[in-house]
Amino acid sequence: MSTTHPQEETLADVVVVDYGLGNLRSATRGLERAGANVTISDDPDSIDEADGIVLPGVGAFGDGMENAGPFREALVDAAENGTPVFGICLGMQMLLTSSEEADKAGQGDVEGLDLIPGTNVRFKEGQKVPHMGWNELDVQRDHPLVEGVDGEYAYFVHSYYAVPDDEETVLATTDYGVDFPAMLANEAGNVMGTQFHPEKSGETGLQILRNFVEYCAER
Amino acid sequence: MLTKRIIPCIDVDLDEDGNPAVYTGVNFEDLKYTGDPVEMAKQYNEAGADEFVFLDITASADGRETMLDTVSRVADEVFIPLTVGGGIRTKDDIKETLRAGADKVSINTAALQRPELVEEGAKAFGNQCIVISVDARRRYDEEGEFYADVDGESCWFECTIKGGREGTGIDVVEWAREAESRGAGELFVNSIDADGTKDGYDIPLTKAVCDNVSTPVIASSGCGGPEDMYEVFTEAGADAGLAASIFHFDEYSIQDVKSYLDERDVPVRL
Repeated sequence: MSTTHPQEETLADVVVVDYGLGNLRSATRGLERAGANVTISDDPDSIDEADGIVLPGVGAFGDGMENAGPFREALVDAAENGTPVFGICLGMQMLLTSSEEADKAGQGDVEGLDLIPGTNVRFKEGQKVPHMGWNELDVQRDHPLVEGVDGEYAYFVHSYYAVPDDEETVLATTDYGVDFPAMLANEAGNVMGTQFHPEKSGETGLQILRNFVEYCAER
Repeated sequence: MLTKRIIPCIDVDLDEDGNPAVYTGVNFEDLKYTGDPVEMAKQYNEAGADEFVFLDITASADGRETMLDTVSRVADEVFIPLTVGGGIRTKDDIKETLRAGADKVSINTAALQRPELVEEGAKAFGNQCIVISVDARRRYDEEGEFYADVDGESCWFECTIKGGREGTGIDVVEWAREAESRGAGELFVNSIDADGTKDGYDIPLTKAVCDNVSTPVIASSGCGGPEDMYEVFTEAGADAGLAASIFHFDEYSIQDVKSYLDERDVPVRL
């Protein structure tokens, strides 16, 4: 476990879950810039006292769930207790129930966290995959996370996208041949995610991270 | 709608005191000092760059440590995607570079010499962070696989190494297809013929690659202004356009380029 030391007074203690995948540096710096005191942790026991939890992620669904396995119970408990949980990219896909990706990789039915019921599917033929680059956010409904970002651009890198069972969970969509969910939140509002990388989405991304940190602080 | 990306690139070397500094080529060979890498990255971030490419041109072991430190300082300041290239030869080099804060690594010679490196990197770190870079040169003989019609002449494109000084006999399009099938997430296409000319990108080259792969393509070399970006997006089908000197010497701002494209209905992030 390592704690970083931001310069300014912080608004909330946020744990970034380190399950061995991806570069956590940018997400950590972005959250710090947004006012969080960030702890990067590979210890599931450490997350129950956090004001907010960030589940980052790059790579494949099956590998992600396998590596995040030890956190499953702690994440589900935290979500049920109302702690804000924010999944980024693969981290958002992992909030759902399943993914076609695991089937395609021959890993069979890999169970997601099921905090937002639904599945993840691959973009259809005819679109360049991965969907890589800056694309526009079309906000669908109110939630603290989407404050001030309607019509702005965010940076995406992904080949699969979320299809939640309940359309009401979709906070924002993006058009890539199909209007897919770019941002999600559960009914209670405390479990949320972005398919894009807010830590790589310039000022818009920092705005979203600020929205999250403020939401954590207000709880 | 997915936008076309405008990407400034900096070549970073060590100055006389061993500090990292950005150098920009003028008329092919002369390198001119243009600034501090971290400051330039911050400026381009604020100016609306969609990504940032950082090429380590020191090619020395001492330089490498300093460069990784510089990459970290850039990554701490710039919240847009950062690609780092130069001197990446092994899976460990990829890991170190990503850990320093790069989102993607650009690999050139080492992948041509040992194509398995593409698979190793893609499997360990994800396809999205493996960018395969080629330095292409036009050849007008009969030894290639894929031919393009250039001004009425039939030509093919050869992968070169050592800044274009040495040919490899490998066809660029064939290699692009192979790199894609091995797991490259993006292709970075440089042209030895166009480099430094400011006469525009090598359109036949870029188009030949774009037409034969489905991986995103970053066009590089030869950009002299917004109209060259327009041409490479609309005629060659590139996903991103890279430029160095037009931005470094303030000939055009990123916004100048984006406004020009926007007025002509090319989707950009304004």
